[in-house]
Amino acid sequence: MFDDFIVRAGLAGIGVALAAGPLGCFVVWRRMAYFGDATAHAAILGVALALALSVSPFLGVLAVSLLMAVTVAGLTGRGYGTDTLLGVLAHTGLALGLVAASLVAGAQVDLMAFLIGDILAVGTTDLAIIWGGAALVLALLVWRWRALLTATLNADLAFASGLPPRREEMVLTLALAIVVAVAIKVVGALLITALLIIPAAAARPLARTPEMMAVLAAGIGAIAAISGLVGSYLADTPTGPSIVAAAAALFAIVNIAASLHRRLDRSSPSA
Amino acid sequence: MSLLTATNAAVQLGGRTVLHGIDFAVDPGEIVTIVGPNGSGKTTFLRLLVGALQAASGTVARKPGLAIGYVPQRLAVDGTMPMTVERFLNLPVRRDRTAITETLALTGLEGMEHRQLTALSGGQFQRALLARALLGRPDLLVLDEPTQGLDQQGEAAFYSLLETVRQDMGCAVLLVSHDLHVVMRASDRVICVNGHICCQGAPTVVSEAPEYRALFGLGSQGALALYRHDHDHAHDHAHDHNHDHDHSHLETSADV
Repeated sequence: MFDDFIVRAGLAGIGVALAAGPLGCFVVWRRMAYFGDATAHAAILGVALALALSVSPFLGVLAVSLLMAVTVAGLTGRGYGTDTLLGVLAHTGLALGLVAASLVAGAQVDLMAFLIGDILAVGTTDLAIIWGGAALVLALLVWRWRALLTATLNADLAFASGLPPRREEMVLTLALAIVVAVAIKVVGALLITALLIIPAAAARPLARTPEMMAVLAAGIGAIAAISGLVGSYLADTPTGPSIVAAAAALFAIVNIAASLHRRLDRSSPSA
Repeated sequence: MSLLTATNAAVQLGGRTVLHGIDFAVDPGEIVTIVGPNGSGKTTFLRLLVGALQAASGTVARKPGLAIGYVPQRLAVDGTMPMTVERFLNLPVRRDRTAITETLALTGLEGMEHRQLTALSGGQFQRALLARALLGRPDLLVLDEPTQGLDQQGEAAFYSLLETVRQDMGCAVLLVSHDLHVVMRASDRVICVNGHICCQGAPTVVSEAPEYRALFGLGSQGALALYRHDHDHAHDHAHDHNHDHDHSHLETSADV
């Protein structure tokens, strides 16, 4: 009953979820949610440029995402709040991307796929890129894990331990750019942040250590990818949004369970 | 040899000179308290000494291989990150389990390995930060307003703990007091910073006088002392004008 394209879609979703979960924890811890949005929106410009230059959209997205991160870092501290800077760049990137795409004949249709994603169209090459990118991001996170955690907890603490916090910020930015580039085909630019944030947020009440939260976020993301995919297959709904809806449902279930658990704890005489 | 020595050092932040003409040294095993009004550059002073900031002019020399244990100001631990005490103590360097147990006992946190950081009280949290710094076997312990937000009893208890730590581990202690006048009694020296080093001296031990007993409460157990500022210079630069006035009326009240 499950065709090849469904298997490929499932593998693609799991690949993205495994990288997005742990990375999303840092997005949640550092309150970078808007940064993820901005990177994803600006990525549309990368897609348009890649289509114009006939190179892989993956490379276009990666280049523009990194350019945006460097621009944000360069403009920070010049009288604008980071949220304002990100807002300017995110919407500029999205708008310029849509304008640029309209100038490239026949690109409009393709671009829609990058806005809302088309996981069912994932081919073998895409799958290789997704798993390669996910492995790279996970390797980066594992390699820098302690430094990243320390810098996230407190910049001064990191500095005193001989870890320049700016370097760790760059590592996270690079990882974010890679995840956006590989995930854009799966859930689309508009929903990537959801895949970063929702599984991490759902993992929070269940975790006692940062490591546990990262592993749980990856797992919750993978479950959301599979159940969203199956749900969209059975109900004939768009796949990307269905995956995000499944993640949101898991978030709701965890939080309701956690608050019931707390209430039981409080009412029991031993507590 | 001194653990670190600043010679005629100046710091600029955003084009403004925050500190200038800093001549300062810390010797092994010494306890130095830094006081100064808000915005006087106390934190900048610490950051300069530990190397988080570069001197715009002058030099800061550290003894080769100097191990600094740093306790930052107001570490806001966000509820978004789950973190147990044990995991925190292992960041970023994994520590020996026995050392962790011993350090937790020394800092009065025995058995709290598995507590969440967010579940600790203000005083416990400060002690967890201290424990983490101690696990690096520092030659110099640097603390930025460690007793801010603690009540006087908590402050006195924390200072007593620091004294014990100095005796046990022999490390020098450099700390910023958030109070201009009430300092750790065991301080060997008190430095008053306001853009430069305004004055320095030993704290006045007043714990015998019943008036001060009353002022500091009975719980402080002699861990606190007063510092009498002795400014023999007038600030002629315009932006510092209020500074002496600020001090003097507080000093008068403390001299009663």
